[in-house]
Amino acid sequence: MSARSVFPQLEQLLPRISKPIQYVGGELGAVVKDWDATTVRWALMYPDAYEVGLPNQGVQILYEVLNEQPDVLAERTYAVWPDLEALMREHGVPQFTVDAHRPVRDFDVLGISFSTELGYTNMFSALDLAGIPLESKDRTIDDPIVLAGGHASFNPEPIADFIDAAVLGDGEEAVLEITGIIREWKAEGRPGGRDELLLRLARTESIYVPRFYDVDYLPDGRIQRIVPNRPDVPFRVSKRTTMDLDAWPYPKKPLVPLAETVHERYAVEIFRGCTRGCRFCQAGMITRPVRERSITTVGQMVREGLEFSGFSEVGLLSLSSADHSEIGDMCSGLAEQYAGTNVSLSLPSTRVDAFNIDLAQELSKNGRRTGLTFAPEGGSERIRKVINKMVTEEDLIRTVVTAYSNGWRQVKLYFMCGLPTETDDDVAQIGRMAHEVIKAGRIAAGTKDIRCTVSIGGFVPKPHTPFQWAPMVRPEVIDARLKMLKDVINSDRSLGRAIGYRYHDGEPSLIEGLLSRGDRRVGAVIRRVWEKGGRFDGWSEHFSYARWVEAAAETLPQFGVDIDWFTTREREQAEVLPWDHLDSGLDKDWLWQDWQDSLSEYEQDDCRWTPCFDCGVCPSMDTEIQIGPTGKKLLPLTPVNNLRVPA
Amino acid sequence: MGGQAPVVQRIRLRYAKRGPLRFTSHRDFARAFERALRRAGAPIAFSQGFTPHPKISYASAAPTGVGSEAEYLEIGLQAEVDPEQLRLALDAALSPGLDVLEAVVAGEGSLADRIDASRWRLELPTVDPAVAAAAVKSFLDAEEVLVERMTKQGRRSFDARVAVTHISVTDQSLGRSGAVAGRLDGESDLPSGADGAPCAIIDLVVRQVTPAVRPDDVLSGLRVVAGLEPPVPPRVTRLAQGTLTAQGEIVDPLDADRED
Ligand code: B12
Ligand code: SF4
Repeated sequence: MSARSVFPQLEQLLPRISKPIQYVGGELGAVVKDWDATTVRWALMYPDAYEVGLPNQGVQILYEVLNEQPDVLAERTYAVWPDLEALMREHGVPQFTVDAHRPVRDFDVLGISFSTELGYTNMFSALDLAGIPLESKDRTIDDPIVLAGGHASFNPEPIADFIDAAVLGDGEEAVLEITGIIREWKAEGRPGGRDELLLRLARTESIYVPRFYDVDYLPDGRIQRIVPNRPDVPFRVSKRTTMDLDAWPYPKKPLVPLAETVHERYAVEIFRGCTRGCRFCQAGMITRPVRERSITTVGQMVREGLEFSGFSEVGLLSLSSADHSEIGDMCSGLAEQYAGTNVSLSLPSTRVDAFNIDLAQELSKNGRRTGLTFAPEGGSERIRKVINKMVTEEDLIRTVVTAYSNGWRQVKLYFMCGLPTETDDDVAQIGRMAHEVIKAGRIAAGTKDIRCTVSIGGFVPKPHTPFQWAPMVRPEVIDARLKMLKDVINSDRSLGRAIGYRYHDGEPSLIEGLLSRGDRRVGAVIRRVWEKGGRFDGWSEHFSYARWVEAAAETLPQFGVDIDWFTTREREQAEVLPWDHLDSGLDKDWLWQDWQDSLSEYEQDDCRWTPCFDCGVCPSMDTEIQIGPTGKKLLPLTPVNNLRVPA
Repeated sequence: MGGQAPVVQRIRLRYAKRGPLRFTSHRDFARAFERALRRAGAPIAFSQGFTPHPKISYASAAPTGVGSEAEYLEIGLQAEVDPEQLRLALDAALSPGLDVLEAVVAGEGSLADRIDASRWRLELPTVDPAVAAAAVKSFLDAEEVLVERMTKQGRRSFDARVAVTHISVTDQSLGRSGAVAGRLDGESDLPSGADGAPCAIIDLVVRQVTPAVRPDDVLSGLRVVAGLEPPVPPRVTRLAQGTLTAQGEIVDPLDADRED
């Protein structure tokens, strides 16, 4: 079979839809290989619109890593907008890849990257359009292995019936290992069919195959146990960690889209992992330990990435970029190298301290000065102790004032609402803090012409964090607190006018909470939502709370549970959690202790600079902290003044 | 800021939008072209002022979804380059399907002044050429053909006939069309005429008027005068742009620069 392009059929539909350019491929960096010259073929999907999915680093990295293998082919597919979906159904055009417009069903693997659970409904559309049976048990040897990755796959239970396998953690080495297993199985003539292949994957002990595990429930609805249903698969599946990021300098050839996308920049991860220990942050917990990329490699990636792509913006990405041990030299060095070139550099860091402003200052030397963003996350000192965000009110005011006196006129502050133990007063303090910021800022800047924006969203407790046991706050309570905060901000008209206020309603967060901490029974809700037309749940104009509530009311009562049971219910220490068999390395007792510490407002230090506090990750995953300073330097940039004419 | 290096050379380019990349909008192309200038290492000049812009000016761009063999733009450079070297570098820096075909040093006068008409090719897969020919005849015979289109000012009605200086059904209509070169690998880019099904091909010359009459409007006109409704979306390609001569020929706007 040689996967014919569906472009001739698709082409007839494109003039009838919005933004056709997002379906035609042709990006710089895109790879089209000869189907018949390859043995293992991957379709990689980011389950959101092209404009969001294309810039995704995870997919770009895996795409490049896979395509570097001579006998492997990787193409990309994204969620199609409803206008095209309707036409594809009408004209029988299947879900296709944008690279060579091949039908997704013809590939060996459909790897889906879930950075958020809100992509689940889009997975159903893609499977259905592809002609792949929705449930894993109904698939045949002619269907691809549906493989989930990305942060959400640390609890893939809600989609356990619909995926064949999941990888927890870093994907670089995992995709190569999976490729090897498939290559061998195909070479042997696909012995034992699909089941055998899945078994071989499961035996690696780091690829989760949900069908090989049974979940038993207690009469009250809680999980009794999750155990393998065959002898040769492991009790627990562990996450992957890519060590030595200098050895994996991807993306080298970033995809450069023709369509407009959310980011148009070359992004380099300067490190992975974060041990600041913010208790709400799943990313920080599941990506331990910290692994830095050296200043030399970062410099080289920036140079080659810009040369390849022609981008004029560089993002130095990580969970807390100001924490890189060589960040000072990196920022001043890069700023110097690109002075006068129209290349602008940015650091999406939100750390609240003056050092952060020094860095921003460095970076903005030769470019535009964008706004500064800080994330205190909680309004009162008390709640910041609960979430382990170690910032005092004084620090915050001092930092923001430094920003205003250094010429910034606009500062953004990020907060969460609905945190464990939160009271109305904790939220009201956000307003008072914003008033203080403006007052002090006006004095420091010597002008009334400064602004700050308060941005606040609902807190969602996540698996593998100390808050995995926490009850969520009801949406009505969240909305009331958000309304109250608005009143506090506007209680002083002169100050209120300088404060922008942006918030997310409580309802979408509750659904995110259902999906984050759900178990296999939640799968029925997702499927029903999709059947009722649910798509693009990450987009407020497409998300319908009523649809989720309705679908849950139709599907959950048979199990004796409901949305509240999954969201606003507090869990006890002894409860078996749906993801207990999925090993992020974090010791469950340590997480519980951290949850108790949180309730007693006791803070935890960072293991990069204080002794290891035994979170469990390094010993159980056989990893270690990799930080500098390396003492290395940026390599000098040799300016090229010639046209780059191909040989 | 300020203090940008002055323009020392102006170069005019002809480029094509082909195959799937004909769905590139003008905005998309403009962004891609700026990136291509950087990738190619072209010494582009920037405007003065607080937010300097690269010196690029475009001649009227083909609508999104319409292919073109004849799009034009002009750039200002802060250092002199060999136009052919620049063409090669830019062509390599753009995705295949956005192809830079010609580069000449700009002479006197403006590009815009040399463009007042376009030649288009309209492929109507599955439409019988005889049926298309009859519709074309009714169109030519009409004194005025009122069509409607959504514009920024809302729905407008205007005459599509007045701007058309030539329209005919070509004889290559049956079978393979005179295919335009430079297809993307792996994509079939032939009208359905290729597999033996009928495909009417219309040759169309339209003058620039206000409001602009686009190939779409002429297709609407064919529907209005003769009820011609292609069952699959027609494929449209701009073949040439330039000055319309009394003989009905279109003169390449770069001709004058080449003579300098
Ligand atoms: C850039 C960014 C964005 C960009 C995303 C652009 C894009 N299309 O990717 C924008 C601004 C759009 C964005 C939006 C959002 N983001 Co964001 N974002 C980030 C950021 C800063 C970087 C992400 C990144 O590129 N990481 C690097 C890549 C390489 O990692 P990766 O994608 O995880 O991929 C690796 C593995 O997961 C794995 N893998 C991934 N996919 C697959 C698939 C398979 C098959 C396999 C085998 C492996 C695999 O392999 C990869 C390589 O090792 C992170 C913070 C951070 N530094 O990680 C937050 C982050 C990912 N975002 C987050 C959130 C919450 C969001 C939003 C939901 C916010 C909101 N409420 O609207 C939206 C969701 C958007 C959407 N619909 O997808 C959270 C995720 C929460 C969590 N898991 O705890 C993070 C961690 C920030 C945080 N600290 O809270 N975001
Ligand atoms: S095991 Fe220790 S050193 Fe490793 S991430 Fe956890 S606390 Fe840090």
